[in-house]
Amino acid sequence: MKSKLNLDPKIIDSARSSAARIAQDMQKFIDRHTTVSTERTVLRLLGIDGVDDFDFPLPNVVVDAIKDGGGLPRGAAYWIGNAMIQTGLSPQEIAERVAAGELDIMKLPTVSAKEAEEKIMPEVKKSLELIKAQTEKRNNYLETIGEGKQPYLYVIVATGNVYEDIIQAQAAARQGADVIAVIRTTAQSLLDYVPYGATTEGFGGTYATQENFRLMRRALDEVGEEVGRYIRLCNYSSGMCMPEIAAMGAVERLDMMLNDALYGILFRDINMQRTLVDQYFSRVIIGYADIIFNSGEDNYLTTADAYEEAHTVVASQFINEQFAVLANIKEERMGLGHAFEMDPNLENGFLYELAQAIMAREIFPKAPLKYMPPTKYMTGNIFKGHIQDALFNVVSIWSEQSIQLLGMMTEAIHTPHMQDRIYALENASYIFNNMRDLGEEVEFKKDGIIQKRAQTVLKDAEELLKEIEKDGLFHTLENGKFGGVKRPRDGGKGLEGVCVKDEQYFNPFIPLMLGGEK
Amino acid sequence: MGKTATAKVDLTKVKPYGDTLNDGMVQLSFTLPVPYGDEASEAAVILAKKMGLDEPSVVYSKDLGIGYTNFIVYGKCQHTVDYTSIKVPKIEVDVMDRLECEKFIEENIKRDVVIVGACTGTDAHTVGIDAIINMKGFDGHFGLERYKGIEAINMGSQVSNETLVAKAIEVNADAILVSQIVTQKDIHIKNLTELVELLEAEGIRDKVILVCGGPRISHELAQELGYDAGFGPRSYAENVASYVLTELVKRKLV
Repeated sequence: MKSKLNLDPKIIDSARSSAARIAQDMQKFIDRHTTVSTERTVLRLLGIDGVDDFDFPLPNVVVDAIKDGGGLPRGAAYWIGNAMIQTGLSPQEIAERVAAGELDIMKLPTVSAKEAEEKIMPEVKKSLELIKAQTEKRNNYLETIGEGKQPYLYVIVATGNVYEDIIQAQAAARQGADVIAVIRTTAQSLLDYVPYGATTEGFGGTYATQENFRLMRRALDEVGEEVGRYIRLCNYSSGMCMPEIAAMGAVERLDMMLNDALYGILFRDINMQRTLVDQYFSRVIIGYADIIFNSGEDNYLTTADAYEEAHTVVASQFINEQFAVLANIKEERMGLGHAFEMDPNLENGFLYELAQAIMAREIFPKAPLKYMPPTKYMTGNIFKGHIQDALFNVVSIWSEQSIQLLGMMTEAIHTPHMQDRIYALENASYIFNNMRDLGEEVEFKKDGIIQKRAQTVLKDAEELLKEIEKDGLFHTLENGKFGGVKRPRDGGKGLEGVCVKDEQYFNPFIPLMLGGEK
Repeated sequence: MGKTATAKVDLTKVKPYGDTLNDGMVQLSFTLPVPYGDEASEAAVILAKKMGLDEPSVVYSKDLGIGYTNFIVYGKCQHTVDYTSIKVPKIEVDVMDRLECEKFIEENIKRDVVIVGACTGTDAHTVGIDAIINMKGFDGHFGLERYKGIEAINMGSQVSNETLVAKAIEVNADAILVSQIVTQKDIHIKNLTELVELLEAEGIRDKVILVCGGPRISHELAQELGYDAGFGPRSYAENVASYVLTELVKRKLV
């Protein structure tokens, strides 16, 4: 493809190579460590579910018991495999007895890691088959009932009550939405466990629970069959339980998951060591389950200036791409994020936004880029807001974005009301249809404002990546290079849940998932 | 020229102006959980009448696809307001710009003023607190971090009231700023009230200037909730700084 922006492929290659080295360097750290959430994920994938008498999830009960017994460095898979051999029980039965105080899996005789791994393997395979069956089901839907055109129309529901969410989600699908994202109750990212069961109370969103996933999946399949379009479901594999939620999403056939350690570090103050280790396993699961991940670069522009800091978005996209490569995620599933967030008073702001959006498309040609609407400069003037959203839609169709998180004219006032969503859908559908092939028709003036802008941002991104490569990612985050937010390496939430693996550690899922096996 | 068009207006009986003085015209948009059709439109008309609108007219209605209907309605408001009797509590302070604030600190306070800010509870939106505190500020108005003589600490989003109070005690804060941007089911009211209770329980409520802000915060609401001041939209760092600095001196907290 010839670059409409006259971008230098050498600079793109150089930036990508720097990002690859940054990610590989971090991967060495990741490979040496595990976390409580990673181990809970192993348990979930082994079929351990449910809560104890205090509503505390069984994966937490068991991992806490392993951690208290000093066994975390060996990994939960070993201890469950060992307990299966010693007791003849299933993983779920073991978890239930641990919760009831009837079994201490840390005080059993021990076998070798090899024996434990062999014992557990049938359970691992069963779990992988379950996930593959969901992928097949999705593919089958896509082949039979099909899907909406790109950019997919992505809307959020956020009532706090899963049953209310379902009503709104089905309404949105009938009105044209292609993707439903269920926003989580706002404090969930900081919980170090995943709540259990169907939930009806939440603030600014609904708890991500496996049962809620299941209920919403069923509702969307139902409405998808009715409207003749597969409706994708999106949730958040982020926060303190990143990989656990990825596993739940894989099992319940979510199609998209927000997943970005950098976002958690910067905007939720989650410890960087914890969340980068967590991110790795979550991305391996996401890749295996053929889920699209969404990165959160758009958020940098809500704290930092969208014009001045545009290169940080590109730099972070390159890094997120390379982390995804290491987790064996296909380019077609890399939903890298960016946003339309410049001050509307900026002269020629539209041209800069367009330049950057086309640049992202040219740099990541196969990625299902996720484009985020204006939020920072939404004022409460819903009429102006509707126009801001319209310009955002124009850029999106022109630059061939893939996933369009629809802007709501009531942004900055409240979570979307029933009618807000339909006006947003109408706005996007009108513009996308009316301007469908504009991008094919238009080229840009050589060395004009648009070309120059894209070239400058790319060059700045390349330089930033070189700097990060020199300093290392941890150091870069400590210095506040992204989003203008500084985070200490040992600060934030969740560091106590990180440990160095011992020599017999194994996580049976990672090698099989990376190999793409059934 | 330049004169506002109020000559004929009876300020004791004000009503909306559409295209003619006192025509009372208002525009509404709302959804009713009833299926699209003539009955739905009639329901919207009846409802508009109950809201006090004469001659309501449904100019647009749309089937939302789940047995609900959305409407755009115009009608003539029957009610009037006596504008002359209105009194709105306002923050009474002479707003100083950044340089004047810095000079004020140097002359009247003679030490660094410590201000702790956070977006509390479940709210994850830092845009408000960032606009006031972060160096860059908002819309060309520098934030408090830029002010010489002010040590501003931005704790970010989703900070619990307990954490905020602990920090305020730790750094011996002169003022606490709380931002509440996105709220649902009035959770911000509960959250703001809880902070006041906590400060009282810790015995430091009188020792700090307590300020809240956000798109749905008014000074009146803030005072009702036990805050010293509330800042709504279009407030910048200098508005907050001027208030905090002036109050510190007025209350002899320097």
